[in-house]
Amino acid sequence: MARQDGLFRRVAERDRRRIAFTLDGEPAEALDGDTLLTAILLIRDRLRIAEFTEAPRAGFCLMGACQDCWVADAGGAPLRACTTMVTGGMAIVTRK
Amino acid sequence: MSQPRIVIVGAGPAGVRAAERLVDHGFRPILLDEAPRVGGRIYQQAPEAAGFRRSAKALYGFEAGKAERLFATHERIRESIEHRAGALVFDVADDRLIALIEGKRHEIGFDRLILAPGAMDRVMPLPGWTLPGVFTLGAAQIALKHQGCAIGHHVAFLGAGPLLYLTAYQYAKAGVTVAAVVSSASLYSLAGNLLGLAAQPATAAKGMAYLAKLRSWGIPVIGAARPSRLLGRDTVEALEVLVDGRIRTTPCDAVALGYGLNSETQLAELCGARFAYDRDQQQWIPEIDAYGRSVGREGLYLAGDGAGIGGADAAELRGVLAAEAVLQDLDLPRRDDNADSALRQLTRWRQFRGALDRAFPFPRQLAKDLPDETILCRCENVTTGEVRSAADRGLREINRVKAATRLGMGRCQGRICGPAGAEVLAARLGVSVDSVGRLRAQPPIKPVPIAALAGAHE
Amino acid sequence: MSGSRHADVIVIGGGIIGCSTALHLAKMHRSVILLERDQAGVRASGVNFGGVRQHGRALAEIPLSMRARRIWADLANLIGTDGEFMVTGHLRLARKESDIAVLQSHFKAVSECGLGLEFLDRSDIDRRFPWLGPDIIAATHCPTDGQANPRLVSPAFGMAARRAGATLVEGAEVIRAVEDGGVFTVSTRDGLTYEAPNLVNAAGAWADTVADWFGERVTLKPEVPQVMVTEPAPYRYGPVLGVVGGDLYFRQIPRGNVIFGGGEGRTEPGHNRSRPLPEIASRTAAEACRIVPGIRNLNVIRTWTGVDGDTPDGSPVVGPSTTTPGLFHGFGFCGHGFQLGPGVGAVLADLIVDGKSDTDIHGLGVARFVGGGQGTAMTVAEEAHRTAPAVNDAGSD
Repeated sequence: MARQDGLFRRVAERDRRRIAFTLDGEPAEALDGDTLLTAILLIRDRLRIAEFTEAPRAGFCLMGACQDCWVADAGGAPLRACTTMVTGGMAIVTRK
Repeated sequence: MSQPRIVIVGAGPAGVRAAERLVDHGFRPILLDEAPRVGGRIYQQAPEAAGFRRSAKALYGFEAGKAERLFATHERIRESIEHRAGALVFDVADDRLIALIEGKRHEIGFDRLILAPGAMDRVMPLPGWTLPGVFTLGAAQIALKHQGCAIGHHVAFLGAGPLLYLTAYQYAKAGVTVAAVVSSASLYSLAGNLLGLAAQPATAAKGMAYLAKLRSWGIPVIGAARPSRLLGRDTVEALEVLVDGRIRTTPCDAVALGYGLNSETQLAELCGARFAYDRDQQQWIPEIDAYGRSVGREGLYLAGDGAGIGGADAAELRGVLAAEAVLQDLDLPRRDDNADSALRQLTRWRQFRGALDRAFPFPRQLAKDLPDETILCRCENVTTGEVRSAADRGLREINRVKAATRLGMGRCQGRICGPAGAEVLAARLGVSVDSVGRLRAQPPIKPVPIAALAGAHE
Repeated sequence: MSGSRHADVIVIGGGIIGCSTALHLAKMHRSVILLERDQAGVRASGVNFGGVRQHGRALAEIPLSMRARRIWADLANLIGTDGEFMVTGHLRLARKESDIAVLQSHFKAVSECGLGLEFLDRSDIDRRFPWLGPDIIAATHCPTDGQANPRLVSPAFGMAARRAGATLVEGAEVIRAVEDGGVFTVSTRDGLTYEAPNLVNAAGAWADTVADWFGERVTLKPEVPQVMVTEPAPYRYGPVLGVVGGDLYFRQIPRGNVIFGGGEGRTEPGHNRSRPLPEIASRTAAEACRIVPGIRNLNVIRTWTGVDGDTPDGSPVVGPSTTTPGLFHGFGFCGHGFQLGPGVGAVLADLIVDGKSDTDIHGLGVARFVGGGQGTAMTVAEEAHRTAPAVNDAGSD
């Protein structure tokens, strides 16, 4: 089955305030109430590259348990994407 | 005389009911949870951001009434408790919890501690399960309930247990294409355990109803399937299973995977709880008495799915009982006696739960046939073959295997790979899974940045 | 030989000390029975920090340490694995003025030993290790030191000993040992007895009990080093780090995890179980951030402790008994025995088989503690650091 832009798909709650943030330097948009994981996976098919396999990962449990969704802010502070809400102006960096 | 400090970890159904009972007896408990709002998993509330419109019925279906009653309870007691949301409790000293709140380290003293941290999905790996697009059943639910998103456009559901049919049903109802619902258990498992299920007829009926609805919508529902592998290059593209010895391939762009739930027991272990292997639940669970008092640590009480899977209704009852135990142990006269009623209801729930556990066992037989190259520990990239080699070299206990292979040494600290890892090890050794032990909990129970850990010492 | 409970040598304790001794004896064609209460290589030997250093030790330990270092270089041939031993160099850091004097006196004291130490001032540090925090004002560097993986090395010594013909009995708790007419009889909790003309006391944190059976009273305090490990991070910190005072040690492995520790956890009566303390984790984390500011954002994912034995002067007891011929000691490593382990085994085997060893261990004899002695100052003056115990930094008096 071919991939259509992001992994995720909005099916409800579309009528929310838009929030601008940057992802790897590129401008991106989320809705107020999105987690970082949701915001990123709506436009991409991965969150990070796993350390020892160099294979892409996109999280797994969405509840802060599997630790497979870590991204970082521009300052290098780690952020767990599934439990971190998007806020305006956030600058997010993913490991390539 | 100052009040004993009563702290509750976990603001799901168990934690909220425990808080309620304590408040109604004049106490001011501290309620801690990682999440911003109460409700736990099953009654997870939408983000507080404006614009989330779905009704409780849309979010929680048949359970909407229970959810709203729980939220109403929290509203009622809110001023009488100290609710600290966004609090990750990651360690414990003798009489103090250590928590991360807004990036800072806090110590929270307690005299009595109620742990209600809930559970997470239990996973049996299969080749390809680390592909983007593969999530747990719980994750699929969270995406939909909490974020109004589907994990994909054509979603396949694979696993066993009531959550499988419920989640698939929720997705179909939300208008998502459900590619297939594949159960490792027989579709007739529910019927086969009818006597036990009769303990909770309404719930059993709901389970059958989901199944019937899925079928009526023309969604392929397959039982007694052997998961074979997930195919795809950079993302998942198909699910392959064996049914009656024949390969069946389902194209999909997302998979929701789960075989029941596993109690989160790390904090209980750090607190000194004693553990026993529960054969029905197929997992190690802290030993408790009928009220939830921990065997092994005075002043520690356990409630909800964090001490054996029982579901939301049982969790509420267990929260009541844990609070009751605290009151009893403080030698306090109590004004009412819901506790006996709760105990009776819980007994009925246990029967039902037992039947469900037998109907939907963790498919341990799959462990034996996993290909050697299947990743077992996704954090450290440890394969099934490496664990088997460790067994062949004479390592017979899961912590020794961890030391030798790095299984369980990653960020998830064994949450995902622990149950399956034990099954693979036991299968290779030809022994029962409880004889290989369980992965030891080590603090911090979730990753904590060094700078935050440094806290006030910086 | 399996099944027989007679041997040339009985070894009590299956840590790296006991196992390396059993291995060396087996290679010298002596029959050995090793009795280990738990499993070989999983107690202190399996959970220590993993530093492999000659640097910073009491003078009396250095010949033994250098002998061990030669064995480390050839580990794969000896035990079938290199145990991830890497020669990364070791830096001993000065954080305040008085530390510099400590470094300088040690530097001078070992100058004839052939360790090849370098003395670094702040400008050297800026040039070579700019990631060290600004509080680091000087350091000594030992280029031949490094690190290894204790989880792999210590059990591997046990397996190699077995392959060489030694009998390792696990789950065998020794409850008594006596000597009569030149024969040692060792009893285990399951009711069995073992006999040999030679006995090695490698019983780790519990070796004082064994020594006491033979009238040798050594005050051994349990030491509970506490270690933490982070998630994997890009590999950038090469040398292993220690500090004057011993309250912080640090290394990064190529896989990316940073392992660091300091302070002590707590042990239960009997010292069979130990647990980390949150307060210590916090203090150690703060100190680590001072030493290597770049790690601030790394997530800690695990903490653990082990139990070792501390002697009054911070150096181990290695050598023959003073009361009982045929009895040999190898214990009290104060948290820094991992590097010494392969050497201790070789030296004890020398003593048992040849009656002598080329390696000078005269300063490590049990005699220095007999009669309640606190041991002698084994080095030139070092600062006393008993409250923050000298884990990985020997020689405090």
